[in-house]
Amino acid sequence: MIVEKDETVPVRSSDDVVRVRREVRAFAVGAGFSLVDQTKIVTAASEIARNTVDYGGGGTLRLETVRLGMRRGVRLTFADRGPGIPDVKLALTDGYTSGSGLGLGLSGAKRLSSEFDIKSTPGEGTVVTIVRWK
Amino acid sequence: MEQIPILKIGDCLLVSIQVDMHDRLAMSLQDDLTAKIVATRARGVMIDISALEVVDSFIGRMLNNIAAMSRVLDAATVVVGMQPAVAITLVELGLALTGVRTALNVDKGLALIRRLIDGEEGGLDRREG
Repeated sequence: MIVEKDETVPVRSSDDVVRVRREVRAFAVGAGFSLVDQTKIVTAASEIARNTVDYGGGGTLRLETVRLGMRRGVRLTFADRGPGIPDVKLALTDGYTSGSGLGLGLSGAKRLSSEFDIKSTPGEGTVVTIVRWK
Repeated sequence: MEQIPILKIGDCLLVSIQVDMHDRLAMSLQDDLTAKIVATRARGVMIDISALEVVDSFIGRMLNNIAAMSRVLDAATVVVGMQPAVAITLVELGLALTGVRTALNVDKGLALIRRLIDGEEGGLDRREG
């Protein structure tokens, strides 16, 4: 996989979540995504960014434009050093929430992505990686 | 402080969301709107989201909440102007927005609100005043 563009932005406040949406949109446009595909990855990013702020205590987002053969995509890596998720499988269940939300954040983001990966270590933090291919 | 304007037209309130809202702004819109329904005795609320390029679960929940709260306050809510890409994404996200009435545009939204209000006129639970 070739990385064509690479950038990292902070994800610390709800203002940053708005900025994440803008940055991800720019990467999706740059990768030639259709409007629907742009909207899907921006929405997925918004969900995960909110989790990073609300549950992870803030962190970073690495945005990459990637290419695999003829395929282009956008890869997003959200990393925080928060408390971690004790039960990742449970956290990925529709309707499950440890907070006050709808419990669609992670599961919804997964459905909106082509590839989805989550690594969480209690006490150390969480890294969520999503890729959407054009 | 930034705020989303709420316009009163007859017995309806009109909100047009023109900015990408951060979560606090969405929460304060929910509170402002509920207060304004009571203060103006509005019977209808129309929320124009045609400028919104993203509706995630937080904003979706806000729309659901506004519809539920206004119903309790005897006002009908209609969300208008949702972009097709937003609608497709919302369904895939898993947010069906049950309980939120929608219309394609402001004209159709106003007509729907009118029907909803008029349909209740003469009913037993018509609000006095």
